[in-house]
Amino acid sequence: MKKKALSLVLSAAMMTSLFVGCGNGSAGSSESVDTSGELTWRIGGIGPITGGAAQYGQGVMNAIQLAVDEVNEAGGINGYQISFNFQDDEADQQKSVNAYNTLKDWGMQILEGTVTSGAGQAVAAETYADRMFMLTPSASSPDVINGHDNVYQVCFSDPNQGAVSADYIADNKLATKVGVIYDSSDPYSSGVYQTFATEAKAKGLDIVASEAFTADSKTDFTTQLQKCKDAGADLLFLPFYYTEGSIVLTQANQMGYKPTMFGVDGFDGLLTVENFDAKLAEGVYLLTPFAADSQDEATKKFVSAYEEKFGGTPNQFAADAYDGIYILKEALEAANLTPEASNEEICDALIAGLQKVNYNGLTGEGMTWNEKGEVSKAPKAVVIKDGAYASVD
Amino acid sequence: MHRVYIYERELTFMGFLTYLINGLSLGSVYALIALGYTMVYGIAKMLNFAHGDVIMIGAYLVFMCMSNSGMPAVVSIVISIVCCTALGMIIEKIAYKPLRKATNLAVLITAIGVSYFLQNMALMIFGSNPVSFTSVIKWEGISLAGGNLKITGNAIVTIVTCIVIMVVLMWFVKNTKPGQAMRAVSEDKDAAILMGINVNATISLTFAIGSGLAAVAGALLCSSYPSLTPYTGSMPGIKAFTAAVFGGIGSIPGALIGGLLLGVIEIFAKAYISSQLADAIVFTVLIIVLLVKPTGILGKQIKEKV
Repeated sequence: MKKKALSLVLSAAMMTSLFVGCGNGSAGSSESVDTSGELTWRIGGIGPITGGAAQYGQGVMNAIQLAVDEVNEAGGINGYQISFNFQDDEADQQKSVNAYNTLKDWGMQILEGTVTSGAGQAVAAETYADRMFMLTPSASSPDVINGHDNVYQVCFSDPNQGAVSADYIADNKLATKVGVIYDSSDPYSSGVYQTFATEAKAKGLDIVASEAFTADSKTDFTTQLQKCKDAGADLLFLPFYYTEGSIVLTQANQMGYKPTMFGVDGFDGLLTVENFDAKLAEGVYLLTPFAADSQDEATKKFVSAYEEKFGGTPNQFAADAYDGIYILKEALEAANLTPEASNEEICDALIAGLQKVNYNGLTGEGMTWNEKGEVSKAPKAVVIKDGAYASVD
Repeated sequence: MHRVYIYERELTFMGFLTYLINGLSLGSVYALIALGYTMVYGIAKMLNFAHGDVIMIGAYLVFMCMSNSGMPAVVSIVISIVCCTALGMIIEKIAYKPLRKATNLAVLITAIGVSYFLQNMALMIFGSNPVSFTSVIKWEGISLAGGNLKITGNAIVTIVTCIVIMVVLMWFVKNTKPGQAMRAVSEDKDAAILMGINVNATISLTFAIGSGLAAVAGALLCSSYPSLTPYTGSMPGIKAFTAAVFGGIGSIPGALIGGLLLGVIEIFAKAYISSQLADAIVFTVLIIVLLVKPTGILGKQIKEKV
């Protein structure tokens, strides 16, 4: 009897811990307006608010909230307010589809998500089948938009990032011998790597080492670094996320290997890893369409509003997400739609509408979209100086 | 021309040495973790899958003491060892002891349950954002051959700690009363009871030692690979379990040999064959070894009377 009671207590404890896990997830979600009965635009968001890519999800969630509040204050879209609901997916495909289903139950009409590419591929298949319009602020893999006419990207796509990085390195003569380390189990990372390799070859860069790692072995980079060092690489191209980025920088430093480090947009967030020695990030290049220290009016206004409301400096994902709401607003206003329209009508109108949009936002001037859902805008490089991003010109 | 050739050959040789040392360092961590699996298996005949997660808890305790409260590294590790030892004994008492007479499968599933319980607890307490672990070893290491061969302080301390712990443990099991009790329980539990050995206390001691070592392994693991999340323990846990099987589960020197070999094979596969296929190669080697020697390298064939 005693045993039975004990095992009951234990299993109860386990169940609680499981549910608490879920609770944490939805605690991060936010709903801007109490929408009981009132007709509003229901825009959903999906992204990691916890886990290894949490910086992105939090930035996106906060920035959408900021944009939604601004738009609502200015009278909404076509006279209707926006209500916004954000769900956590921990950058996991399965959890992302679950989050999508939760949002559908809530009555979502337009999805501004997902934040990461892996999750984006899974959710794009669902939205495509449901005819739900999907605008992703930051899922940059071409597989997210390929074959899905309803999916559009605010960020520049992986091929674009890889090619632009190679161009940048070659044009600015940062190095001639380049080593690459990439995550072969991640579509984002291997996608950027492939286009980088093609463009680097065309530009006459010498890729002396290209080393892979996988999701199961992403803590030990000493071997990959040693191989790049032995091959004489004086620049490392690192197309993956900042969590692994912080380990690579630490291990390279321990080895006494100091090449120029060049990351892509995944490195955004590096400076905010808890307890990470920011000195190691000095001189790291990364590609981003947005630099918080830019002096133009729109950026200054966005950054100060974000800092005031949420604390901390917004990253490029936040800027992409902020632009996303205004892009949707422009397209919805051009199509003269109201929230009474069905999801399918909204979806079709936005597919046609987005190709006509020419938007000047935080992340680029004159952003336009082709029928595949790719954006055309110019990415730019920033370098980390004194623990902050600085534009390189 | 000739001189260039020699220089390049030297460089490759230095590369080989660096890989070897990195492999031994990684293997030492595997060996330390494998000890926990192998001792518990040898004595309680169960697979304690929660072991990897005790390592993660140990690493978090070190992190909290050292980086959040500013304590010295040694004090932090001692606190972590004490807490993990207690944790191991509590887990044994609550989750495994009531199942002493149950089937092996029931105990195995319980162990998996405990593993998830610890992970979810850590998610609740520490959150799932990764933290950057400050190395417990402040020493930068040594530079040999004019800077061509650099051995990090982490690698040296890890390898030395592992070997010292192994030697002490082997001495303990061979020459002390509790150690002899452990061997007796491992050989024949029922006969040990008849000889007046307190089996429960012995199993409890085994868990205490294994979990205390897990704290050390956690600190060393995260010093070399400095990212800590609630899932940090699971992959090294699986690799170390593999190492224990590789070396012959139940055997302490087997855990050392299995761990070191696994680490070296992993790094060499990455360095000389393919960084992408490294894990596949490691497990292929494991399958081949088990085909040739089903009990592992140092495992004993135990004949059961029918």
